[in-house]
Amino acid sequence: MSDPAALNVAASGFEAVAKDVSDPRGAKPRRVLSRRNIFLYGTLILIAVYYLLPLYVMFVTSLKGMPEIRLGNIFSPPVEITFEPWVKAWATACTGLNCDGLSRGFWNSVRITIPSVVLSIAVASVNGYALANWRFKGADIFFTILIVGAFIPYQVMIYPIVIILREIGLYGSLWGLVIVHSIFGMPILTLLFRNYFTSVPEELFKAARVDGAGFWAIYFKIMLPMALPIFVVAIILQVTGIWNDFLFGVIYTKPESYPMTVQLNNIVNSVQGVKEYNVNMAATILTGLVPLIVYFASGRLFVRGIAAGAVKG
Amino acid sequence: MTTRQNGRPSQLFRNLNAKIASIPMILTALVIFLGGTAWTVFYSFTNSKLLPRLNFIGLDQYERLWAAPRWMVAIENLAIYGVLSLIFSLVVGFLLAALLDQKIRFEDTFRTIFLYPFALSFIVTGLIWQWLLNPDFGIQGVVRGLGWESFEFDPLYNAEIVIYGILIAALWQGTGLIMCLMLAGLRGIDEDIWKAARVDGIPMWKTYVFIIIPMMRPVFITTLVIIASGIVRVYDLVVAQTSGGPGIASEVPAKYVYDYMFHAQNLGQGFAASTMMLLSVIIVIVPWAYLEFGRRRHV
Repeated sequence: MSDPAALNVAASGFEAVAKDVSDPRGAKPRRVLSRRNIFLYGTLILIAVYYLLPLYVMFVTSLKGMPEIRLGNIFSPPVEITFEPWVKAWATACTGLNCDGLSRGFWNSVRITIPSVVLSIAVASVNGYALANWRFKGADIFFTILIVGAFIPYQVMIYPIVIILREIGLYGSLWGLVIVHSIFGMPILTLLFRNYFTSVPEELFKAARVDGAGFWAIYFKIMLPMALPIFVVAIILQVTGIWNDFLFGVIYTKPESYPMTVQLNNIVNSVQGVKEYNVNMAATILTGLVPLIVYFASGRLFVRGIAAGAVKG
Repeated sequence: MTTRQNGRPSQLFRNLNAKIASIPMILTALVIFLGGTAWTVFYSFTNSKLLPRLNFIGLDQYERLWAAPRWMVAIENLAIYGVLSLIFSLVVGFLLAALLDQKIRFEDTFRTIFLYPFALSFIVTGLIWQWLLNPDFGIQGVVRGLGWESFEFDPLYNAEIVIYGILIAALWQGTGLIMCLMLAGLRGIDEDIWKAARVDGIPMWKTYVFIIIPMMRPVFITTLVIIASGIVRVYDLVVAQTSGGPGIASEVPAKYVYDYMFHAQNLGQGFAASTMMLLSVIIVIVPWAYLEFGRRRHV
């Protein structure tokens, strides 16, 4: 039971970050161009440039033609902007014998991510609700195993899952992978929902019980509408996590249904043919685009999500 | 559906709906996490090749494992990578958090920039840095183009330093997260402590080192566990950046396990290697859990 508590510390700290500091503080206002400020902002801007540079390089490389890449400098902006690498990466880049580009991987990833997100969140939210409000004997033991299990390296559990999926006939199919994502998303999501539902005032729950509402009625009519923010956090966490997954995709699916990350790696690291760096970079950006959009659109909710999801590693 | 309240419900049927709803959790905990782990450890004592077989050979797989040069390279890489990424993540993460905690303007913008690589997958990260570290066109090529002809910076093609090339990419991707955890810790510290230190005329760096950091002990421990459990799992990044090369110079244990299970068709060896990974996690987690438990019990 120690793990969830420690994570709570981290999670509650994040709330503190998110809150704006509004009380007046400090001595008299400092001059804008003090030496301290120049040093402080100078350092921050330098570091920011370091963090942004790879994204910039990737972007300009993807807009150059191959001759320009061979002659020029990776940091220089493109002289002649071309969108051909993007088109090629999306529609005609080859992996093995297939030459239909990353679009296939993209749609595979969509087909994997949507059911995985829905299933894992549905299961985990009900689990968390049961753990918070309908405690039964032994529930805490299973929950502790679940949380400790989040630290077990995946490699230890990969093969037994292969056998189980093979037995039920789902090995190599999209649904097999969906189940795997739901299993490995369960510890962190259950923790997230359990903590949230525990913080809901108990009187509300009791009042509903007095009115004769049962397990599912309370879940759907009271808990679900109240927990919408935490559902959003869970969705952000799962969409980025599942989209970025590589290991499970490569193990539990067949080449036709490889997710985008696996296909991207196969395109870029294929040994055959001339390396087309601009196409590779366009493909890399395309793969990173979905989590980046989620990240920039979600802002602070993403921070809350990773505070909870950090253990997922 | 309503809960059963007619008559006197037996123990098993109390909270029946909650129990039914928890079946996925119970199955995951028992079958996958407990059962799967036990199964793998159990079969690591067999000589399973293409298919799991119950033909026990004692500790042979482990002897073979520790005699394999590839495994030794993987362990050495993991040790270098682990120690350095632990130190650098903590130091850089804390420094970034301390910088952001100076009541600066545009704090949100800077935080967004430092954290965005964390949203990218290891595959994407690895491929970006593979391109930046390309000896002909990347950083080395650019510096040489500026006139410094003898400049050398090609970690991904030099077996001696390839693991540092992977470390650079990993730090770029992961320090934002550590910064966020540290910033949360810094924000959790009472403002009065800063005021008291300022009144006493203690320099800022001393306040950090002797007062703030010791107060942030729980945050540091949580962060440490998070970093450590991530280190053992490092896999995608290596696959994307070097595929374990040049030669076997950048192999890591997770890749060893995968290759032996799914390519070399030597399951027993894969099971033994993954059991060693489990062991290394236990070594990190158990003392931490013990400390947490012990402290809570006293309070």
